[in-house]
Amino acid sequence: MKKRVVVTGLGVCAPNGVGIPAFTKSIKEGISGIQFRQELADLNFGCQIAGQPQIPEDLLSSYFTPLQLRDLEATGIVYGMIAGVDAWKDAGLTVTDKETVDYDSGIIFGTSLLGAEKFRKAIYLTDEGKVKRLGSTTVIQTMASGISAYLGGYLGCGNQVTTNSSACTTGTESILMGYERIANGQAIRMLVGGCNDSGPYIWGGFDAMRVLNKKHNDQPELGSRPMQSDAGGFVPGSGAGALVLESLESAIAREATIYAEILGGAVNSGGQRQAGSMTAPNSVAVQRCIKDALQYANVHPDSIDTINGHLTATGMCPTEVKNWSEALGRAGKDFPYINSLKSMTGHCLAAAGSIESVATVLELSEGMVFGNVNCDDIHEDILTIVDQERIPNKTIHTEIKVAAKASFGFGDVNCCILLKKYDI
Amino acid sequence: MNTDNYEALKTIIKIYLPEDVSVDDITPNSHLINELNINSANLVDVVLDVEDHFDITIEDDEIEKMDTVASALEIIGQKVN
Repeated sequence: MKKRVVVTGLGVCAPNGVGIPAFTKSIKEGISGIQFRQELADLNFGCQIAGQPQIPEDLLSSYFTPLQLRDLEATGIVYGMIAGVDAWKDAGLTVTDKETVDYDSGIIFGTSLLGAEKFRKAIYLTDEGKVKRLGSTTVIQTMASGISAYLGGYLGCGNQVTTNSSACTTGTESILMGYERIANGQAIRMLVGGCNDSGPYIWGGFDAMRVLNKKHNDQPELGSRPMQSDAGGFVPGSGAGALVLESLESAIAREATIYAEILGGAVNSGGQRQAGSMTAPNSVAVQRCIKDALQYANVHPDSIDTINGHLTATGMCPTEVKNWSEALGRAGKDFPYINSLKSMTGHCLAAAGSIESVATVLELSEGMVFGNVNCDDIHEDILTIVDQERIPNKTIHTEIKVAAKASFGFGDVNCCILLKKYDI
Repeated sequence: MNTDNYEALKTIIKIYLPEDVSVDDITPNSHLINELNINSANLVDVVLDVEDHFDITIEDDEIEKMDTVASALEIIGQKVN
């Protein structure tokens, strides 16, 4: 018998809000976190706008020791620690003392490439023959699992502590992995989420691939345009999102606030076959992933109230909407609401699925569907599938019972999870 | 013992001390790892800080001898003079 799994804590470090209160306000009011980045202009980037969390300097001492802060250059670790520790505290959980290990609690916190700035410095020093100058923190700030290691040490978690990595699917996949561990009775609590570094060394490769929007450098807030007729590339982002997942029985026993229930989901790959490739999804696999998630979670397609899409604005949005429509067997006015947080944050890469899932949980717990911004000229291929009223450009306050969240990533990998408003 | 060097070394070591060890606990005979509980991984950072502060270079075989405050001061003393 699988255990029921609920969300009892949330934390976020997003371009449009650090901390749940600021983030909630932003998604309700359609506040963008996309800004012009002078450093990108100086480096001749085509796309000179990005989403990067704004962290007050004095905030960091709550999350790091003075020694850790001294040469901390991995922005992903900064974002992940803020989101992860906040989620833990939001769940009413405490940090263990020096002699106690919490073997019931684990961490699956994903990333893509961690500590790019730190690695850059290490490369220069190494090439200069000064390898000794790398000190003791180069490894822990550049290993992918650096983020789960920092969190694990702060919290004292003794269950599985690891980092997953599946490109832009990472953040959503971590939730499913943590869910499964609790559902199977292998852990009572899992801190899950994803983080992604900021900066030119992270975003440069995407600029070179010509997948970023270069047309709105002078109007940053208009730059991220999922589902729009003129969507011509995504805006790179960064940050972290975190959720505390917990067995329902544990949440009830300690009288925790329950934000939502995770019903489970599915993960698969399109094998880079058929129309799929390293960088493009195989639609057959995407639809299969959505259907598998529904089947696993025992959710009828008609009961989905809203979809938080992947919807990056690269020009693939019509294909994604078509895949949702065919997988669910729903169209027109019967289609669920659909939105893309990326219109406000840009594409936060390995953090995207986790930040967007935090937004989805807030939709369920607060009874709303946040509005898409930059949403006044929807692509005609989307409007042939979905009625315009299902793509809100202002936040709608209405009860949401079941939400679907999916993320898709390079390598032709897919993940879809289903979330439900908690009721007994 | 050179008092200036001792005070400078204490200032360098301070940030590496765990929460339950105070800078006042440092004595010339303190063992860096066993008594001051400095994480052994951080010893390489202590050495880098010492090199920067005193503008000296410490070789690998000398690092192995820097197990107490006094032995570190002895190596620093030899290099600075």
